[in-house]
Amino acid sequence: MEVVHPADLDEAVGALAAHPGATLLAGGTDLMVEVNFDQIRPEVVVALRRLDDIQDVSRRRIGAGVTFRRLESGDHNALAQLARTIGSPQIRAAGTIGGNIGTASPAGDSLPFLAGLDAEIELHSTSGTRRLRWDDFFTGVKRTARRPDELITAAVLPEDLPDFQEFAKIGQRSAMVISIVSACVFRWRDGRTRVALGSVGPTAIRARRAEEMISEETDPGPTALEEFARLVAREVNPITDHRGTDDYRRHASGVLARRLLERCLSS
Amino acid sequence: MTVNGEARVCDVKGSESLLSALRDYLRLTGSKGACEQGECGSCSVLLDGELVCSCLVMAADAEGSEIVTIEGLGGPELHPVQKALVDSGAVQCGYCTPGFVVAAAALLEENPAPSSDEMREALAGNICRCTGYGAILRGLETLVAGR
Amino acid sequence: MTTRVRSRTVRDGVGESTARSDGIPKVDGTYLYSSDLYMDRMLFGATLRSPHPKAKITKLDIGPAVAMTGIHAVLVGDDVPGLNAFGLETPDQPILASDLVEYWGQAVALVAADDPETARLAVEAIEIEYEVLEPLTDPEEADRRDSVFHRARCRRGPQDVSGAVVVEGYYEVGMQDQAPLGTESGLAIPDGQGGVDLHIATQWTHVDRDQIVAGLGVEEDMVRVHHAGVGGAFGAREDVSLQIHLCLLALYTGRPVKMEYSRAESFVGHVHRHPAQLWMRHEADADGTLRRIEARVIIDGGAYRSTSDSVVGNAVYHAAGPYRCDSVAVDGVAVRTNNPPCGAMRGFGAVQACFGHEAQMDKLADALGMDRVDLRIKNALGRGDVLATSGQVIDTSAPVVEILERLRRMPLPAEDLSDDPRLLPGGTGLTTSRPMVERGVGYAVGLKNLCFSAGFDDYAEARVAITPFGVEVHTAAVEVGQGLGMSCAQIARTVLGIEDVVVYYDDTSKIGSAGSTSASRQTQMSGGAVMEAARMARQIALERGGGDELDGEGVWKDGVLVTPMKDLVGRENIEYHTRFHHPQTEEPDQNGQGNVHVDFAFAAHRAVVDVDRELGLFRVVQIDTVQDVGFMINPRSVVGQIEGGTMQGIGLATLEEIVVEEGVIKNPTFTDYLLPTFLDAPPIEIEVIEEPSSFGPFGAKGVGEPPTVSSTAAVVAAIRDATGLELNRTPVRPEHVASAPL
Ligand SMILES: Cc1cc2nc3c(=O)[nH]c(=O)nc-3n(C[C@H](O)[C@H](O)[C@H](O)COP(=O)(O)OP(=O)(O)OC[C@H]3O[C@@H](n4cnc5c(N)ncnc54)[C@H](O)[C@@H]3O)c2cc1C
Repeated sequence: MEVVHPADLDEAVGALAAHPGATLLAGGTDLMVEVNFDQIRPEVVVALRRLDDIQDVSRRRIGAGVTFRRLESGDHNALAQLARTIGSPQIRAAGTIGGNIGTASPAGDSLPFLAGLDAEIELHSTSGTRRLRWDDFFTGVKRTARRPDELITAAVLPEDLPDFQEFAKIGQRSAMVISIVSACVFRWRDGRTRVALGSVGPTAIRARRAEEMISEETDPGPTALEEFARLVAREVNPITDHRGTDDYRRHASGVLARRLLERCLSS
Repeated sequence: MTVNGEARVCDVKGSESLLSALRDYLRLTGSKGACEQGECGSCSVLLDGELVCSCLVMAADAEGSEIVTIEGLGGPELHPVQKALVDSGAVQCGYCTPGFVVAAAALLEENPAPSSDEMREALAGNICRCTGYGAILRGLETLVAGR
Repeated sequence: MTTRVRSRTVRDGVGESTARSDGIPKVDGTYLYSSDLYMDRMLFGATLRSPHPKAKITKLDIGPAVAMTGIHAVLVGDDVPGLNAFGLETPDQPILASDLVEYWGQAVALVAADDPETARLAVEAIEIEYEVLEPLTDPEEADRRDSVFHRARCRRGPQDVSGAVVVEGYYEVGMQDQAPLGTESGLAIPDGQGGVDLHIATQWTHVDRDQIVAGLGVEEDMVRVHHAGVGGAFGAREDVSLQIHLCLLALYTGRPVKMEYSRAESFVGHVHRHPAQLWMRHEADADGTLRRIEARVIIDGGAYRSTSDSVVGNAVYHAAGPYRCDSVAVDGVAVRTNNPPCGAMRGFGAVQACFGHEAQMDKLADALGMDRVDLRIKNALGRGDVLATSGQVIDTSAPVVEILERLRRMPLPAEDLSDDPRLLPGGTGLTTSRPMVERGVGYAVGLKNLCFSAGFDDYAEARVAITPFGVEVHTAAVEVGQGLGMSCAQIARTVLGIEDVVVYYDDTSKIGSAGSTSASRQTQMSGGAVMEAARMARQIALERGGGDELDGEGVWKDGVLVTPMKDLVGRENIEYHTRFHHPQTEEPDQNGQGNVHVDFAFAAHRAVVDVDRELGLFRVVQIDTVQDVGFMINPRSVVGQIEGGTMQGIGLATLEEIVVEEGVIKNPTFTDYLLPTFLDAPPIEIEVIEEPSSFGPFGAKGVGEPPTVSSTAAVVAAIRDATGLELNRTPVRPEHVASAPL
């Protein structure tokens, strides 16, 4: 096995171009589980942990190499909230948002955040840079539109950021747990609202009818909130597995979305 | 790589973890494996100053890095965290203990006076099956209070 | 000659929280667990396992594996030289399955290779084909088909009794894993003469040895089992896992062989807590006096017997709980299925029973309009009462009333006002805020038989030697982390008056069995053996030294040192070797009656739980307990056992279950088999009652299991209290609690 430690972005994508099928390694918190369980045996590894070019965070741009530990104390409330729930301090110190995006697990906790904001994923290769909107990028369970020669360099957020943003996640334990349902709600002062949910479909799910309905309500009362919850629950597409039942996930999606909206409204 | 302040060369074969490199190649068996997937914290080490699970670090990616394991934490004297855990009866089977020591030492390095809830959250990545965590918390609380 | 009044008490004797000798090696990482053993020229073993819960092996070709470089052995069932079977109580499980596999993950073949990776590849290279058969996985169906290991029953008193108030219930307990952090591992070293030394994390070296020699077909003294560092046990190491496999590989290759299970392999490599189904019916007078208890219990033993017979026996004997009742009918069955084999885990049948009887007691109190604790107190067992199931007189401390009274008086936690997510259901997931929370309080009380029951020849050997360099205590008992070595040393110190005591864990060739580190028995049994041996050694010392007192300086007479230690043992050590038995128990008659158990311990828990009803999330806020411990040889260890045992019970109430579908384990990892984290751990207030037991050193009782028996039931009772839901299954899951879906 060969390991490449690229010094900069060009070297990184150069290595990818030179070794089609090379494995990208960031914090290793997803990849090494697969290695340890003998699910993959990488031939060439391009190691990104010390690649400075993807380590920057600004208001609208989050470098792929930024760890959740750093995001825990960032500007975006929901992103900080979700970062705090990723695994344990050990996992957050190593795990990156780029890795979370790269894995594209239905339970990836950054996905509802990216989906709710209509974020774009920035991809870089020797043939240049392109940006894909989240719903073009995430194509299925652990499937993305990334070409093997591309590196995820950043998540790019829209200019019009919401005034309020809240995240929550249901797991069976109080900490260090894979989500049974996760949710992000964004609200602008003019009433516009977005809601995205994780672990209730192959990728993050936007509850668009619920968004439309609640965005009309500038000061939603209890009936509107209940209707919002009901619509969210109808729009998710969960399965039953050993972590939770589809009925529960559906129910919890609505409740979480409603609670998060209430938090937005009261802040 | 540098392990506990000493330059060490470790010729791993493939994609082995840092944990495996430490245990199987360097025979530093203080770091324990128990889940192979970062869920238990028994293999906690410091990698370039960051607390990580060594089972999730590819050994080859630790090239040139600075690693501190349980073996490098105390000096001739026990590290205060080690002493606190012995004194409070936080050691039963002891399999999780090296990981707890490293994680708690890392926490206290960053936050010398954490509250009990901060300690509980910061150590939520370290599973203990014997103690129910009570004696671990008492040991660390006593240590922090005495500082 | 020195004349001095010697101090009466020796430092670090019984009753003190002494420091454990393995404490520092365990915090500095130098303590050697079985997985930390390495040797030059050592090979690595790996196991081929069945991917089906039931199948016929139609083809098994090891050729491709043998042909690989770096492979030193590939062994199948036919290579087992002795009896191809093992089992803790009955040898019914093949060491390597040859024709038929009967559970998912059953061992079929072994490989030894130069390194673990090659061993794993060789396992994959073995060509094996199966004809898949229909597995039997439903316990009730197994019962109907009489696919049964054992049926146990109790009938006591007139059977036509009834009460004014009747409650019935059906309950289920999920399959719990012991989940010791150290997975199965060991190192077998051939001695070059056809024998082998096995260094292993186990709970009972001698019984391992007996099963190994049967499998190898060698004489008993050819196999020596050494106790290596144990990373937790909780029942998981009582059965053989890789012990025989390691010895087979070592003898075949003539080289040291190491094996270490991955976590996933560990989940199929050891037995689990039996899942149980319970039907119970309680009848009482209007004043709450229990008149009749009926119960039926099914436990799923899985594919092989292990200790299922004893576990179902225990479930039956504990089915009535710590209550008086003179009309009892309990039937239990351990069924045989193609599910994972189940056996010992902390609480051993009593946990399952307690979950049922305590739910019933709450139901009964509610039906009677009585306070739930008052009802328990009204019916509580005491010393001299009769155990409702076996009919035996309780001739040990049984302070159930006091336990409950004290527990009830302990202060409840203050109303929590904080909105810190770490103190709310859902934790850092930020699901819940304080106004969404309802609080519930639940009580449960249980009992646990101590040591081995039902006529089993239960003994422990120990040897105590007074030498010029201090006292040696020799035992084959296994220190699994509970602090047994420390307790044995404390006992020897107090009896001998000598501070300098070292405990040696002898291998099976050097001393006889200490019995298993299980059934809460070692403090009473090995502790008892050490006490007996130390007393006799002291007697010999006093006789040899011509005095009336012994301490580290030597033998004293009337306050004068008459024989200094160097003269006392300068030429010859003083040694005493004993085999300690507890008072004999009886096999039950056909109605399950008799002096079946030698001793009992009692404990109760009060759990306070906050519930977010709408999302079905809950958090144990606090759990308090009072336990009958006899006497605390080491108070800090007692606290450690109570806290840890309680936490395992909380785990079973809130998180822990091996999910089995059609015989296949769905969650054999720590990502999906969730153990409580630090943030899930509530504060635990503990009170103990020290009323001496009928036997056991200084009146000590075993303390390991009782905390696990009643904590699960208390937590679920608290969730019921907060929600009004029936919740007849543990672990409770969010979907069981969440308010009806939208
Ligand atoms: C114990 C534990 C708990 C966890 N808890 C959570 C949790 O609560 N929530 C959650 O969402 N996840 C969780 N995870 C999963 C994991 O930590 C996250 O998905 C993390 O973000 C992965 O990041 P990484 O840097 O470690 O990725 P790696 O493991 O290094 O890589 C993951 C994948 O992404 C690819 N990749 C990485 N970087 C790039 C890049 N720049 N461009 C293209 N591809 C790339 C890799 O090739 C690989 O396929 C947990 C994992 C563990 C072990």
